[in-house]
Parts: sequence; structure tokens; C-alpha cells
Amino acid sequence: MYLKSAYDIRDKYLRKDMLPTIFCPGCGIGSALQYTLRAIDDLGLNPDEIVWVSGIGCSSRVPGFVNFDGLHTTHGRALAFATGIKLANPNLKIIAFMGDGDAAAIGGNHFIHAIRRNLDVTVILINNFTYGMTGGQVAPTALKGLRGTTAPYGQFENPFDIADLAVSAGANYVARWSVFNYLQGINSIKKALSKEGFTLVEFLSPCPISFGRRNRMKTAPELLRWYQKITVPLAKAKKMPPEELEGKIVIGEFVDRDRPGLVREYEAYKRRAKKMMGWEE
Amino acid sequence: MRYPFPVGKSDFIQGDEAIARAAILAGCRFYAGYPITPASEIFEAMALYMPLVDGVSIQMEDEIASIAAIIGASWAGAKAMTATSGPGFSLMQENIGYAVMTETPIVVVDVQRGGPSTGQPTLAAQGDIMQAIWGTHGDHSLIVLSPSTVQEAFDLTIRAFNLAEKYRTPVVLLTDAEIAHMRERVYIPRPEEIELVERKLPANEEEAKFPFGDLHGDGVPPMPIFGKGYKTYVTGLTHDERGRPRTVEAEVHERLIRRIIGKIENNKHDIITYNTFELDDAEIAIISTGIVSRSGVRAVKILREKGIKAGLLKLNTIWPFDFDMIEELAERVRKIYVPEMNLGQLYHLVKEGANGKAEVELIPKIGGEVHTPMEIVERVVG
Repeated sequence: MYLKSAYDIRDKYLRKDMLPTIFCPGCGIGSALQYTLRAIDDLGLNPDEIVWVSGIGCSSRVPGFVNFDGLHTTHGRALAFATGIKLANPNLKIIAFMGDGDAAAIGGNHFIHAIRRNLDVTVILINNFTYGMTGGQVAPTALKGLRGTTAPYGQFENPFDIADLAVSAGANYVARWSVFNYLQGINSIKKALSKEGFTLVEFLSPCPISFGRRNRMKTAPELLRWYQKITVPLAKAKKMPPEELEGKIVIGEFVDRDRPGLVREYEAYKRRAKKMMGWEE
Repeated sequence: MRYPFPVGKSDFIQGDEAIARAAILAGCRFYAGYPITPASEIFEAMALYMPLVDGVSIQMEDEIASIAAIIGASWAGAKAMTATSGPGFSLMQENIGYAVMTETPIVVVDVQRGGPSTGQPTLAAQGDIMQAIWGTHGDHSLIVLSPSTVQEAFDLTIRAFNLAEKYRTPVVLLTDAEIAHMRERVYIPRPEEIELVERKLPANEEEAKFPFGDLHGDGVPPMPIFGKGYKTYVTGLTHDERGRPRTVEAEVHERLIRRIIGKIENNKHDIITYNTFELDDAEIAIISTGIVSRSGVRAVKILREKGIKAGLLKLNTIWPFDFDMIEELAERVRKIYVPEMNLGQLYHLVKEGANGKAEVELIPKIGGEVHTPMEIVERVVG
């Protein structure tokens, strides 16, 4: 696979007057953003027909840096705003850039209902187990024992497996990688952007400053090694006994199906309504 | 255009139904909501009509999602509305602030019921006046309208959309369970009888670069909707004229917020409407809004029969508030009475407006019933 230089991607898609980004050294959001832009570029999508939506937090600042229409909304609500944009103008393709807190905590209800409806949206989810922007509080994805400023002695609650949740709620496409799986990441985003309905690509993403520092991994390379240690490819995980999978995160492509998306369902509903009322042309 | 209800004639319908029909005639093509008494009939009517007029009606997971969806729809170019009651309205408050900050035209209907919390779901109240004006956070301004009849619920819904589009702002239609569920004769006009206002769009690429700038000196920037190739970035963060976040500079914040408030305040005489009844030579003024005004009219008639020169001022716009007009009125009357279905909300605004020029007395009533005319008369006669 031929990859264009990162400079080409930057020059083509970023708002230069907004640079530099707010992201800390070692942060993985830039990588996930680059993969998304590469996927858009490879697919030859028209930037005028794409809207980026986000909630609050580090990852949610992404729509400000890319030269597209973008809506930076309230904490956790990105998918609710996206529902209105998509249904009001189905020609627009929507990318929701979200964090783990945004998707699984304050926005958890919007998340599962957007998936249930099969809202036509591609979610790029940055999972770094922490609330980076507010200074390192634990997220509902944090594995047991991980530390955050609000769990200084190690998280005592069970974590959400976001990908698992999305599969159960009915998403059309769900994949999870760490940001170090760049080729798989780009390919998954391309697949996600090409499908109708709800598609999700989750990235395990390093946050050395807010998360790593409190968990004895102060640098990106340390987090990289940790992600290598805790991630297990799906095929391998299937053969592993449950006790060995304890504390591990499975990566791979979890579901790829073609249920009708919300836009198609609503179009059919409108036709049904007109038929039932005797309004057919 | 074919309508799923008769136009150009009168119909005998509920307030909620009137609001739904008016919204469709005003061009609303996106409705998102969550059921709540006494606003559910608005949703049910929208659910019935919207697919037939190629609009969208969707039941969201909660009120927060509902208002979020209509803001998104508005940026995608649709006229959009949601409706709720006090408890749901509280949930919407953060995104009302977001809509103010991002200058998004939307209409939010609050059919008030007895509160607080779940309170008296099926009974009327006027307990959300303060919430409608001040419920969201920070320095801001928006528009709040209040009907007193089913016909007014219809007319003010159309006006709510027009004002939202004209001033790029959220507009709250503040009504109550009494009007929502009351059936009255309403004239449903033909589309050509209605004057509609559409939002100002950027005239060219250059204008589109400043979605939050005062390009035309009226404080209302053209709105570059999504999908037109303008690449607009919209954020609830403090932003400059181009929409770029500039959160730590005091002057950027002040310029933005003062313009957003100014576009409402500087145009308040275009926005504010009211009705008077026997007020010209009045020595006693009754100031009210919504359903209570109807008892007020009758109370004035009774008081006049008793030889007391009473008059009524009915506010159709609750915010912006014409403090100067109230002060002028206070200078020429002996006393002002404020009957309202709460323990004193409109009263505070009237008292501030009267500025000590006349005594202002509250006539509160809670529990779900509207003041009878005699209750107002007895307080005035003493």
C-alpha cells in the first residue's frame, strides 16, 4: 500500500491557521486523525459533503483542526446532534470524533440509541482510559486497577468494552485497534466510511501526560509496549481460556454486516405513511 | 404543496394541535422530541404530519438528545422544533445555552405544568417564566413568547420561527397545560396568507468566512449552513468572527457575548408585542401573560362596572422585557397588580420596571387552577 507523505495530508486537509494542535507530546489523537484523513483521501470522498461532529474533550477538538464543516458540541451529545444533521440532510456523510468518556459515560445513552437506530455515522473513538482534558480522572473504560485522579488507589469498578457494547446494540461495522496498528486502522476506517448505518472504529490511544504519568508509563514508547502486552488479536483470543484473557483487550474486526441504516428506514417510513393516508402519487 | 390538514378555514382544535400545524405552515421540517404531559400532543401531531410533508419526526432517547438533534438539523438547513414541559425543559437548558452561543435558530415549546420536579403533570402553571429567561448559563439573551388563546398559540408559533430565523437565536414558546389542552376555534391560514422569514445566508464565499461576525451592522451574521462547501466550524467555545476558538482573551469573549445580547436588546421594539385593554385612562393596571390574561380582561370589565378605572396589559413577549414601558405605565397609574400562576416570577420583572413609580402587588395562585376574575377583583377592591 502506497502512503502519501504526512505533509501532503496535512496541507490538503488541515486548517493551517489553527495549528499547532492542542495535543500533548505522545498523544495518539493525531495518529487516529491522520488515519481518518488518509482513509477519506484514499476513498476520494468530497470534503464538502462531510461534516465532523464532536462532543467535549481532547479528541473533540479535532473538527476545529480539519478544513471541513464541523460541529463541536456539548459533552457526550455528538451523536444526538449528528442525528439531526443526517436526517435533515441525508446527503451529508458524518464523522463523529469522540472520546471514551464522551461515548461511554455522559453520552452512553445517546451512543447505544444511535446504534440501535443504525444512524448513518462513522464514529472514530479515541479510548485512552482517561479524561485527558480535565486532568486524568478515570473513564468508564479504565481497566480494574488503573489509576486516575478520582481513583488514586486504582479503579475498583468494572470497565465497559465499547466495541462489545456496539456489536450488541446492533452496529453495522465495529473494529478496534491501537493507534500503533496503522494499516489495519486506515483500512478499517475506509471500510467504515463506505458502509451505511452505524460504523465504529475504536482506537486504544496513548495519553502519556494525564494517564501514563499516573500509571508508571510516562512516555509514548512505554505505552506502546503496554498496548502490545495487553492487546490480543481476535483470532488468538478465540483460542484462549477466559482466565488468560482477564485484563487483556481484544483487537480486530468484530462485526461487518449490512442492516439498513436510519436514513433508508425513514425514507421507507415516509412512503408507508403516504400510502396509508392514500397520498400516493 | 399539499397539507395534511385543512387550510384557509377555521377548525376547532387544541392548543398543542395548533402549535404543530403552525410549525408546519411556518416551514418546520424537523421535529425531535421526548413524550411529556402536557406537550405530548404536539409530538403526536408532528409524528402524524411530518412524513406526509417530507419532514422528519423522531422520538429521541431524552430531552437532551431532542434539542441536540434540532440544533444539528438547523445547521443542516432545516427549520426545527422540539416541545416539552418544565422537567424536560430543565434538561434542555445546557443546549439552549449552546444554541445561543452558536446562534442557531430553533424553536423550543415549553408547555408549563405544575412543578417543581414531576409536580402536577396534568395541571396548568406558569412556573417556568424565570427558567425560560434565565435557565441557561452565563450571560445571554434569547426570545420568549407567551400565548393566551389557542389562536395565539398558532400565531405565535409562526412568529417564533420568524424571529428565530431573523435573529439567529433560540426562541421559547412558553405556554401552559390549560391552553395546550383547551379546544378553541382557530383560523388556519393558507400558506400565501402567511409572511415567513428565512435566515440570512452568506451572499458569497467571503461572507461565509465570518459566520460569527457583524457583517451587516445589525448584529446578525449570515448563517453558512453545512454541505454548501463553506467549511464552517461551529463551537460552543468562545470564538472569534471566523468561528475559531479564542477562549482566554477577555476582549474576544466580550465582543461576542455583547453582540449576541445586543442583537436581541437593540431590536426589542421589533420583537416585543403586547395587547392593552382599557388601559389608556386606567388608574389601576393589571399586568399578566398567558392564560391568566383572560381572567384579567373579565376582571377589568367587572372593576369598570364598579366604577374603578382598571386596565390590562397583556404581554405576548416575556423576553426581551420592556422595562421602560412598564416605568411609563407606573408613572400614570396608582397601582399595578400582577396575577400569575406561581408565587411570583413575572412580578419581579414588573417591579423592576416600575422602578418605585407605582406600588406593585403580586396576585399569586398555585395548585393547577387559573385565577377566577373575582379573585383578581377582590384583591383590587380590597
